[in-house]
Amino acid sequence: MSILVEKKSRVLVQGITGSEGTFHTQQMIEYGTRVVAGVTPGKGGTEHLGVPVFNTVAEAVEKTRANVSCIFVPPTHAAEAILEAADAGVPLIVCITEGIPTLDMIRVYDFVCKRGVRLIGPNCPGIISPGQAKVGIMPGFIHKKGTVGVISRSGTLTYEAVKQLTDLGIGQSTCIGIGGDPVVGTRFIDALRLFKDDPDTDAVVLIGEIGGTAEEEAASYVKKHFPKPVIGFIAGRTAPPGRRMGHAGAIIAGGKGTAVEKMAAMKKAGIHVVESPAAIGITVAKVLGLETQGQQRPARKSKSAVSRKKTAPKARREKSGSPVRKKAAAARSKKGKTGKIVMPPTRKPAGKKRKTTSR
Amino acid sequence: MKIHEYQGKEILRRYHVPTPEGRVAATAEEAETAARTLGGTLWVVKAQIHAGGRGKGNILDPHTHELILAGGVQIARTPEAVRELAAKMLGNLLVTVQTGPEGRIVRRVLVEQGVEIAREFYAGMLLDRATSRNVMMVSTEGGMEIEKVAAETPEKILRVSIDPAIGFRAFQARRLAFGLGLSGTAFKSAVAFLQALAQAYDAVDASLFEINPLVLTKDDLMLALDAKVNLDDNALWRHPDLLAMRDLDEEAPLEIEASKYNLNYIKLDGNVGCMVNGAGLAMATMDIIKLAGGEPANFLDVGGGASAETVENGFRIILSDPNVRAILINIFGGIVRCDRIATGVVQAARNIDMRVPIVVRLAGTNAREAGEILRNSGIDFSVATTFKEAAEKVTRAIVD
Repeated sequence: MSILVEKKSRVLVQGITGSEGTFHTQQMIEYGTRVVAGVTPGKGGTEHLGVPVFNTVAEAVEKTRANVSCIFVPPTHAAEAILEAADAGVPLIVCITEGIPTLDMIRVYDFVCKRGVRLIGPNCPGIISPGQAKVGIMPGFIHKKGTVGVISRSGTLTYEAVKQLTDLGIGQSTCIGIGGDPVVGTRFIDALRLFKDDPDTDAVVLIGEIGGTAEEEAASYVKKHFPKPVIGFIAGRTAPPGRRMGHAGAIIAGGKGTAVEKMAAMKKAGIHVVESPAAIGITVAKVLGLETQGQQRPARKSKSAVSRKKTAPKARREKSGSPVRKKAAAARSKKGKTGKIVMPPTRKPAGKKRKTTSR
Repeated sequence: MKIHEYQGKEILRRYHVPTPEGRVAATAEEAETAARTLGGTLWVVKAQIHAGGRGKGNILDPHTHELILAGGVQIARTPEAVRELAAKMLGNLLVTVQTGPEGRIVRRVLVEQGVEIAREFYAGMLLDRATSRNVMMVSTEGGMEIEKVAAETPEKILRVSIDPAIGFRAFQARRLAFGLGLSGTAFKSAVAFLQALAQAYDAVDASLFEINPLVLTKDDLMLALDAKVNLDDNALWRHPDLLAMRDLDEEAPLEIEASKYNLNYIKLDGNVGCMVNGAGLAMATMDIIKLAGGEPANFLDVGGGASAETVENGFRIILSDPNVRAILINIFGGIVRCDRIATGVVQAARNIDMRVPIVVRLAGTNAREAGEILRNSGIDFSVATTFKEAAEKVTRAIVD
């Protein structure tokens, strides 16, 4: 299983006719994502890449029952695009755009919270549930279906971590790029909550970076409420204070937000902190006690045995060992906790549904 | 974007935030004229650089590093004294705790009318990332470093969270002003000050306002005696007038050069140059260089659309730093195809004199083809497959 997006997700692309929108929509369709609509104001009634284009999000949702929006609108208009999608009742909005003004995002964040809408990003690579759907710009082929969740503030560093996992034969349930801006719709802690309720996520990789306190908040949540093993990495140990390291949110300000602080908080919470960005995959393998497919087998047994002892019983308890209980847990979470986000279309007959999306 | 104090105060005045009367001067003569125009009997001469701690900093000779003047903020009692002080500051180095030992050249001074201070406070406005809302903060500990106050006596900082739907309200301003122990005219002045400050913050898309000290004058008026104003880079497109306040003299020349090519470059003190796509991976690459025993010489994010030209420009920028003894290229090809990056690397290596060893690690889309292009180029690249191998190879290169 997965969280947020799945095979049945009906995706609409805002800014579909732009160059970024066109390229990535094509990639998403090739990956198997059900892209049901596009929105470009003024181009309603046309078709782009075989997808019907609408003037407004409201119309697109009404006609196609889209339940995920992916935004490729330039930063000058992206905040407006998020508001439009939220107002139209799209329950999950993924904003790829980088460079949205912070004051705009403060208002947008407030609005989406009030509407009960989940926003991922902005300034993020998007979400992928391998083998099911990709809503974003990540290269699909490096992913593999499996049971490790990935949450990250970065783009290419996430790809690096995912590739390390896949190379070791470790698949992913869902990978979420939460974005590198100071104000993002979904933080580590929100994503962890979703993974907690996903019966098929066994462990989570959390990739943070300098700036803010989102990692510390996540660590304290993990300590109190998160029973599955978490493997963490923080980028920017060598970053100088006061400088914005590429991402708008990656800055050590007033002596706060350093990698050292974050790593200490994570260690204290029982998170398996990875020192080297090259060792993310191997650490996950060790924590899960896996025999890896690749040549990079865990070198020493002693350490992995210790970490397994610490986390495995807890994890098993949560995962509900017997198949029957597992099924029950899955049903429960589908109905209640994650049901709001992953919306299986139920109203219309299957035949009609296929017609609107087959191309 | 950082701006100078005199520019920050200019912005504040536009939104009716009271500041002392002042003029900016680029020469000692201009400074004297400014003092005469302002009138009065007491003036303050303030060196303008993009760094804090100016009052406690030292003015040094840029060549000999001899001490010329202790303190980048000085009081003068005659216009002639203003000129003399300005002459000592202008063209010389100001070294503060924030500039590092290399300091900054003072190119302008702000001449202000002296103010009779009754009390000193602190006021600040910024984003609280934990709540995704702006906060307004005040403190009775004016003139102190606010981080220190927050660490040692957090109860002396009063803060209100601003609901974006309704903005900063009068009742919040009153709560803060009462909290500072004010009453009467001083109270009213503080309420008006804070409301104007919040309005200015919104209007200019600020990312930080720090008024330290915020002073109460002997005639019960609140004034921004100092002003640190940072602006949101992402919002500058809608403020062309503010973008014009950018001072290139305050930025490292290599970083300005890099920004012309849409490269995000930050110079550091190490010896291993690196070129990476994506900010997170770039930081992680710096970290792994350090873990492998090297020291990163820079942060360089070539962005999502890295092309042959971007790579070549990246090389030029990295190699302009004389400390660089090896270069690590770490590109994760997602949308970007590795074979195109490899072609760019080969082309750049032919066009530029590569005086240092180069380790290349290309992963992701078309990584195999890329490896062949590099191997068949006839240029002596060190090709790595994994992240770890790349870091080890580049560290070995600086040791050899």
